[in-house]
Amino acid sequence: MTHREQFEADLDRVKQDIIELAQAVEDALGKAIDALFNQDIRLAEEVIKQDMNIDRREKEINEQTIVTMAKQQPVATDLRRLVIALKITTDVERMGDHARNIAESAICLGEEHYLTIPPKIKDMRNMVMDMNHTAIQALLYEDISIAGKLSTMDDMVDDLYESMIQDLLGETAANPEKIQYIMQMAFSARYMERFADHITNIGESIIYLVKGETHKLN
Amino acid sequence: MNTAAERKHTFFANTVADEQEYVSKTIYNVDHFNLWYGDDQALYDVTLAIPENQVTAIIGPSGCGKSTFIKSLNRMVELVPSVKMNGSISYAGQDIFSSGYKVEQLRTDVGMVFQNPNPFPKSIYENVAYGPKIHGIRKKKVLDEIVEKSLKGAALWDEVKDRLQENASGLSGGQQQRLCIARCLAIEPDVILMDEPTSALDPIATAKVEELVQSLKKDYSIVIVTHNMQQAARISDKTAFFLNGEVVEFEHTDKLFSNPEDRRTEDYITGRFG
Repeated sequence: MTHREQFEADLDRVKQDIIELAQAVEDALGKAIDALFNQDIRLAEEVIKQDMNIDRREKEINEQTIVTMAKQQPVATDLRRLVIALKITTDVERMGDHARNIAESAICLGEEHYLTIPPKIKDMRNMVMDMNHTAIQALLYEDISIAGKLSTMDDMVDDLYESMIQDLLGETAANPEKIQYIMQMAFSARYMERFADHITNIGESIIYLVKGETHKLN
Repeated sequence: MNTAAERKHTFFANTVADEQEYVSKTIYNVDHFNLWYGDDQALYDVTLAIPENQVTAIIGPSGCGKSTFIKSLNRMVELVPSVKMNGSISYAGQDIFSSGYKVEQLRTDVGMVFQNPNPFPKSIYENVAYGPKIHGIRKKKVLDEIVEKSLKGAALWDEVKDRLQENASGLSGGQQQRLCIARCLAIEPDVILMDEPTSALDPIATAKVEELVQSLKKDYSIVIVTHNMQQAARISDKTAFFLNGEVVEFEHTDKLFSNPEDRRTEDYITGRFG
């Protein structure tokens, strides 16, 4: 194996690890929302446990990336590839925290609250998951046109978030006794909105990787 | 409190001002310079401006014309028989290949340090005093001052001040190379050309020479050929990437090593060839 082949293998491994971590986080978000809708406390606890694994993987990937930097002393695109690996891993780990927060909201509401979860939460989850798929594709192919789509997708998530908050404010006035429930719904929507923001950060990292310059997506 | 737009405006205005400040004077102007060894062309249409009081690194794979180029800057390349060239190289505004140009003056203004340290088989003192003596300086007091100043300039004084009369061959490789730099400084050049000056040195001696290069640039313009890309990235202000006798890219070092324009530069600095 030549010097460059080993390096390419290290770079591929880091990228593959990040993609797997992003998929794990997406899985956690899906389960957290399911737990919220089905009042499934065990599933919510599983998400919390899963988040510990995500945190551990974040540390491992970052350590691996730093070791690769130290050994290979990369420049130009290689350097950017490893720098964004550190940034993206941090973003993904934060996304995992948001999934965990939603799971905690589900636990907070308990198994028997007899309340209807707003369907917009599911719409938001679908949009955010779609964004995550898009970000993974953009990273896999290092494609800035795919990364650029995240900006519009994030705007749609933001609009849905705003509209949900309006709905929940109306609910507060009509049913002040449901404040605990309303708060948890608002928090969950906010966690997903933040989740989407981290995905746009990933898109920005990919643009930086390819073009060597920063570009805001949200 | 400034508005965001005003702050943004100020930010960009500062950037432009900084860039303008960054433009320094040119010491060498190389214009459409071609060079052949017999029928083999070694340099193709080289055009670049070497800035004054900065470190310019020349990088590229073996046989790309780096050494030929640096040896053209002090006309040492003419020592090779069958060499021919066209285009021009101006030093301090004068074409160094024009008829009547005094090569002796050029070699006084432009010092050179080579890959392997090559001290004379004389004392440390004599190595440094040799150049000034050739230039007619005889007074011991003046020579003493030059030797001390040059050895200090080359960051070697503290290590050798008590044994100036010892033979230079007793010094370590790194010390010998700094002695060669001191010998070069003794004739008070404006430019120092360095042809892979650290390739024969261990990492600590290399670090000392690199540090020295950084400190010398306030008084001298330095052109350094190096195979060590990390070295070019660490110590130079501008970098020229040569490939097959052509300048592929000549840029600020920060830019060239973080986001090069040309695919070939990227491939070379990331180790895909060379």
